[in-house]
Amino acid sequence: MTTPTGVAERLASLVGALRAHGVRIGTGETVDAARAVEALGLADRELLREGLAATLLHGTAQRPVFDPVFDLYFPRGVGGPDTASADRDDLRERLAAALAANDRASLGRLAAEAVDGFGGYGASSASDGWSSHQTLDRLRPQTLLARVRDDVRARDGGSGFTDRLLEDEIRRRIEAFRRMVAAEARRRVAERRGRDEIARRAVAPTADRVDFLFAGKDRLAELRRTVQPLARTLATRLAARRRRASRGTIDLRRTLRGSLSTGGVPMRPVLRRRRPARPELVLLCDVSGSVSGFSDFTMLLVQALHDQFSKVRVFAFVNRVDEVTGLLEHGAADPEGLGARIRAQATLTGWHGSSDYGVALGEFAERYGDAVGPRTTVFVLGDARTNQSDPNLAAVRQIAERARRVYWLNPEADTQWGTGDSAAPAYAELVEMHECRTARQLGALVGRLLPI
Amino acid sequence: MLFTSVDDVSRRLAETGYLPSPAVATTVFLADRLGKPLLVEGPAGVGKTELAKAVAQVAQARLVRLQCYEGVDESRALYEWNHAKQLLRISAGRDETWDEARTDIFSEEFLLPRPLLTAIRGDDAKVLLIDETDKADVEVEGLLLEVLSDFQVTVPELGTVTATRRPFVVLTSNASRELSEALRRRCLFLHIGFPDEELERRIVRLKVPGLDEALAESVVRVVGALRAMDLRKVPSVAETIDWARTLLALGADTLDETVVRDTLGVLLKHQDDILKAAAKLDPGAL
Ligand SMILES: Nc1ncnc2c1ncn2[C@@H]1O[C@H](COP(=O)(O)OP(=O)(O)OP(=O)(O)O)[C@@H](O)[C@H]1O
Ligand SMILES: [Mg+2]
Repeated sequence: MTTPTGVAERLASLVGALRAHGVRIGTGETVDAARAVEALGLADRELLREGLAATLLHGTAQRPVFDPVFDLYFPRGVGGPDTASADRDDLRERLAAALAANDRASLGRLAAEAVDGFGGYGASSASDGWSSHQTLDRLRPQTLLARVRDDVRARDGGSGFTDRLLEDEIRRRIEAFRRMVAAEARRRVAERRGRDEIARRAVAPTADRVDFLFAGKDRLAELRRTVQPLARTLATRLAARRRRASRGTIDLRRTLRGSLSTGGVPMRPVLRRRRPARPELVLLCDVSGSVSGFSDFTMLLVQALHDQFSKVRVFAFVNRVDEVTGLLEHGAADPEGLGARIRAQATLTGWHGSSDYGVALGEFAERYGDAVGPRTTVFVLGDARTNQSDPNLAAVRQIAERARRVYWLNPEADTQWGTGDSAAPAYAELVEMHECRTARQLGALVGRLLPI
Repeated sequence: MLFTSVDDVSRRLAETGYLPSPAVATTVFLADRLGKPLLVEGPAGVGKTELAKAVAQVAQARLVRLQCYEGVDESRALYEWNHAKQLLRISAGRDETWDEARTDIFSEEFLLPRPLLTAIRGDDAKVLLIDETDKADVEVEGLLLEVLSDFQVTVPELGTVTATRRPFVVLTSNASRELSEALRRRCLFLHIGFPDEELERRIVRLKVPGLDEALAESVVRVVGALRAMDLRKVPSVAETIDWARTLLALGADTLDETVVRDTLGVLLKHQDDILKAAAKLDPGAL
């Protein structure tokens, strides 16, 4: 290999960091990546980025992890910019001009200056660092919107049809600038603390590994886009399980009866046929603020799988329970607004707004008890945090007795169960409870637990 | 080796009318250098198929295309015996033993080569395009894996055919089904997304040369705004080009509410998307 020394090591660390984020990379890919470096050279960093992505990645979902990791191991440069620390007004002035011109190269340079000038904190070398949050807080690029808009209008005449697009376009440029600042701060911090640590801690995981409970709005939107592909994969898996199951077990009585004609020798084993009817599913979802991201995602997933079942009914609760099956059916076209619609149109709260598992489960058992029968599998979704009120174990016992199976999916880490007001351990004694923190875990659980 | 550098890729693809992004040019260059198949994923209409055609044109190679669909099988992808012709040959009944006849009817003359076999036979340059791989069933993936690993195919009655000259292979996918990890490992991976504004403007100018430059810019900006919206299907490059052509045909020299409203159907395919977009672009009209 004729790659310059140092590069091979850097490549190995890059691969290590990607693996730590769950990207599967074999030796073959690493060898290809080294050959790519050799063929492309190091002169053009963006070509190198694309070359390594082409050789190391196997899918689009890995790219959001790859880019920040690449930026750390093959950084734009070392240290701060050459220019002296900028004055805030001057920097904002130049930022406005770059935003108006949509000049990405300038924006990149300005991001570096901004972090250098306004992002540094701490005095001792043990605790100091660079913060994108602090940089953006001082620079406040979002407040340039009106100014940049007026500048562009003055320049272009400001009439015509596309003028109405201008504000949104500038907003997207400002958003891109904020991401540049974040990348630059990460690079500077990595110079201090070491790349490996920053690659592990500061690079966001792929969407399917994000904790539901900590996922922001963007991440949840990104997740929602994975519902359909995930549903397709799961449907295939269910079909395979169903095929395997329907091969069936040997029906001994019928095999022996059949063997009378062969002198009692069981020549032709008779297989027991499974009943062809598809199972029924009931979903009972806590949709209170704390866990709504998790419930919404799971409801959408189950809705996308509905033709795998003879019947799916979905109930939502906060401290009162209401059926939302219909809302969900119509909501499939607009997953973004689903949660809001459920919370607006269903009666989910009584005289206060926080969740009360005991009351809600009791109301379900009482009002909708007949939704659950011997062919029904029930999934309860929620963190089992009762706000100190009675968990009403009797209601859960009653549901478990009527149903074929009851599973409880809890979006909290199992180490948290039982802490504070969590009634998880008590519920887990009555029904099978699983930790379900990420879309990846949910996919695996649903694929395994869904009745066939 | 087809290309001397990434720039060389960009320049020569552009000469055929395909304008690659830096990512596309880099990956094509590496696929050629490393001799690996190229798996291209991305939304519909971003130029995946077109890329393979452009590479073939640059390489002065024959384009061999395997169009995948549900139910495509070995006899469509690899080879098949021409049964009708074999029957004719047998019933023509020359004076010979069955062994002689059998040797004869399982010879080259009665073989119908399909794309995968065609691509690895012969000494001429070829580009093998396996289009919409995700539409094929999983079993076909096994077949592809075999062919793309060794570039050889065994026809039991004839023996093993090994490529003397490996084709440049492009697989495309819309990701309607996840391709297997094993197949992905054989390939370089390229995601083609929507081009940035500047590139899309150049594509529009190239494909619709009569269009006014300022109008081309407006077209691309409106498309960009639609892509930022939450629609069932956002417009792709193919739709941008169609829209530009439509505007040219209508003789529009700038965009206005009426023209946009009347032609939105070229960009968007779903009625609810059209309504949503109209409300956003032309709030006064509602
Ligand atoms: N970079 C580009 N340069 C020139 N033309 C392009 C480019 N990208 C897309 N096009 C044009 O866009 C149209 C659609 O391209 P193409 O059919 O290759 O899309 P595709 O990605 O294969 O879509 P599908 O998934 O629907 O098969 C073609 O007319 C092509 O010429
Ligand atoms: Mg195509």
